[in-house]
Amino acid sequence: MQDVIRATGLVKHYGDVTALDGLDLSVPGGQVLALLGPNGAGKTTAVRILTTLLEPDEGSVEVAGVDVLADPREVRRRIGLSGQYAAVDEHLSGFENLDLIGRLYRMGRHRARERARELLERFDLVEAADRPVKTYSGGMRRRLDLAGALVATPTVLFLDEPTTGLDPRSRSDMWEVIRELVNGGTTLLLTTQYMEEADLLADDIVVIDHGRAIARGTADRLKQQVGGERIELIAEVATDIPVVHELLSRHAVDEVRVDDHRRMLTAAVTGGTVDLRKVLSDVENRGIALSDAGLRRPTLDDVFLTLTGRSTADPTTDDTPTDQPEPRQKETVR
Amino acid sequence: MSELTWAAADGYAVARRNLIKIKRVPELLIWILMSPIMFVLLFVYVFGGAIDIPGVSYREWLIAGIFAQTVVFGSTFTGAGLAEDMEKGIIDRFRSLPMSRSAVIVGRTASDIVYNVLSITIMSLTGLLVGWRIHTSVPEAAAGFLLLLAFSYAFSWIMAWVAMKIPSVEVINNASFMVIMPLTFISNAFVPLETFPAPLQVFAEWNPVSSVTQAARDLFGNAPTAESVAQLQASGVDVFTLSDAWSLTHPVAYTLLWIVGILVVFVPLSVRAYRHSATK
Ligand SMILES: Nc1ncnc2c1ncn2[C@@H]1O[C@H](COP(=O)(O)OP(=O)(O)OP(=O)(O)O)[C@@H](O)[C@H]1O
Ligand SMILES: [Mg+2]
Repeated sequence: MQDVIRATGLVKHYGDVTALDGLDLSVPGGQVLALLGPNGAGKTTAVRILTTLLEPDEGSVEVAGVDVLADPREVRRRIGLSGQYAAVDEHLSGFENLDLIGRLYRMGRHRARERARELLERFDLVEAADRPVKTYSGGMRRRLDLAGALVATPTVLFLDEPTTGLDPRSRSDMWEVIRELVNGGTTLLLTTQYMEEADLLADDIVVIDHGRAIARGTADRLKQQVGGERIELIAEVATDIPVVHELLSRHAVDEVRVDDHRRMLTAAVTGGTVDLRKVLSDVENRGIALSDAGLRRPTLDDVFLTLTGRSTADPTTDDTPTDQPEPRQKETVR
Repeated sequence: MSELTWAAADGYAVARRNLIKIKRVPELLIWILMSPIMFVLLFVYVFGGAIDIPGVSYREWLIAGIFAQTVVFGSTFTGAGLAEDMEKGIIDRFRSLPMSRSAVIVGRTASDIVYNVLSITIMSLTGLLVGWRIHTSVPEAAAGFLLLLAFSYAFSWIMAWVAMKIPSVEVINNASFMVIMPLTFISNAFVPLETFPAPLQVFAEWNPVSSVTQAARDLFGNAPTAESVAQLQASGVDVFTLSDAWSLTHPVAYTLLWIVGILVVFVPLSVRAYRHSATK
């Protein structure tokens, strides 16, 4: 199938910082691409370039068959964007926000209102429709922002960290909405710091770091790339960690990872259950108690760790408040 | 629809949004409208006795000056509003829409006309309470108000450009104060410029704030005329001779020139600055 989003050799510098360093992306029609990377990897920069908000220093971009640099206006007609920070007007109500967007898409007064109501319904915001957005929770803002991106029923959608800062419930609701959109044929590029999210939603994943793609492929392929299964042990008391570490490292393919906070030790092994049984009997022989032990398939986090030597954000420990004031995200004007 | 009609429609949509915001945060508006009232009262009661205008009461003479000062300061409101928009997330939404690239500024300067109408209304009422009267015909008075509004509209575009270059509410507020304060004080808004030392007097004569003030005074019938001054002098009263600078003898024409000049320069500059800031 034809690529609906295609970017070649994107380079973007901010002074001395190289935000993008020759990034190539392509998304065939109707598919979902996840851009996966830690803070500062260049995800937002890439999305902003693809959505006409930023001009790259080098490279070419085509979205929905239109050259983004040559005809940004035409691109804007065809895409929907929900940025990293909800782009909603605090003082306007949810309805007024969507109505304004509809008018600015030049849908006409009547159609704009109708569309606003449809979307409020769809995103479960009917009750809050007439309240100023100021009073919305982080999850509600996110939903409203996504609704804003869908006003003109775009066929290409860009979502920059759509679930960052959401609680688990809102996150799975958001996933549900995204899946529906994709089933409806929307081509989607989304960015995320969460392996689980990319794994769940994307057909294809591009792992980026320092503005460069360091791996790409399906979730399964990326997992294969880092090999075997992982043994995960949780020590009951922290003082046992060094001993467990020593026992586990006998079977580990490479280094044993220790998460002191959770008293968790992880190691890649080749022998699967055989290795696990051996480790467990070693541990038992030393009289050490474990509160949990198990074998699991490698996650994308493991992929990232193997590729870069660094871990990425962990969704289960993320507790970023969602309705803190929006950080300044605009570019300095020269 | 033509592109220009669409641009106007987009500007209207943004203006509507700005007005909703004013409605939602009325405190802001109240504070901003309080200051002209305070100015009227301060000048009338504090300096009112100390300044003599030949043939006209200071109170009546002063009001047009306060109008001019207030609408010029009102442009700060435009700058601050735009700077706030540029800092907030909503600007990314605007930029990602296929709307006209001028709409954010066109809409803001338009909604600020409403704000200026409100503030001129409040000042007029305050003025009437302290003894200000219009002595001319309705069309002349209307022309005076329109000229003030047009002048404020032009100034809004200057501040719009500043806001595009320096999108920070604090900087806009402080910097504009530094510029607008001398501009309005070195003019005939509060004190007759005829009493200024020579270099300041020349600046004041050609200062558009003086000309718009003079034009409004003429159109409201609040200005001393050359004849009345000559009469007073003939009868032995010690009064200053009115400045005969062209800008003040033809204040309407001179002010219109400024308005047109400012718009011709700053409309394209601001819109270009907006576009530019959008992609760098
Ligand atoms: N306006 C800017 N001025 C200077 N540097 C910038 C600017 N925007 C981004 N950067 C830098 O470019 C790099 C990439 O930033 P970007 O926002 O694209 O990362 P990201 O992957 O979206 O990160 P996050 O997960 O934190 O949102 C970072 O080092 C960042 O500091
Ligand atoms: Mg980002």
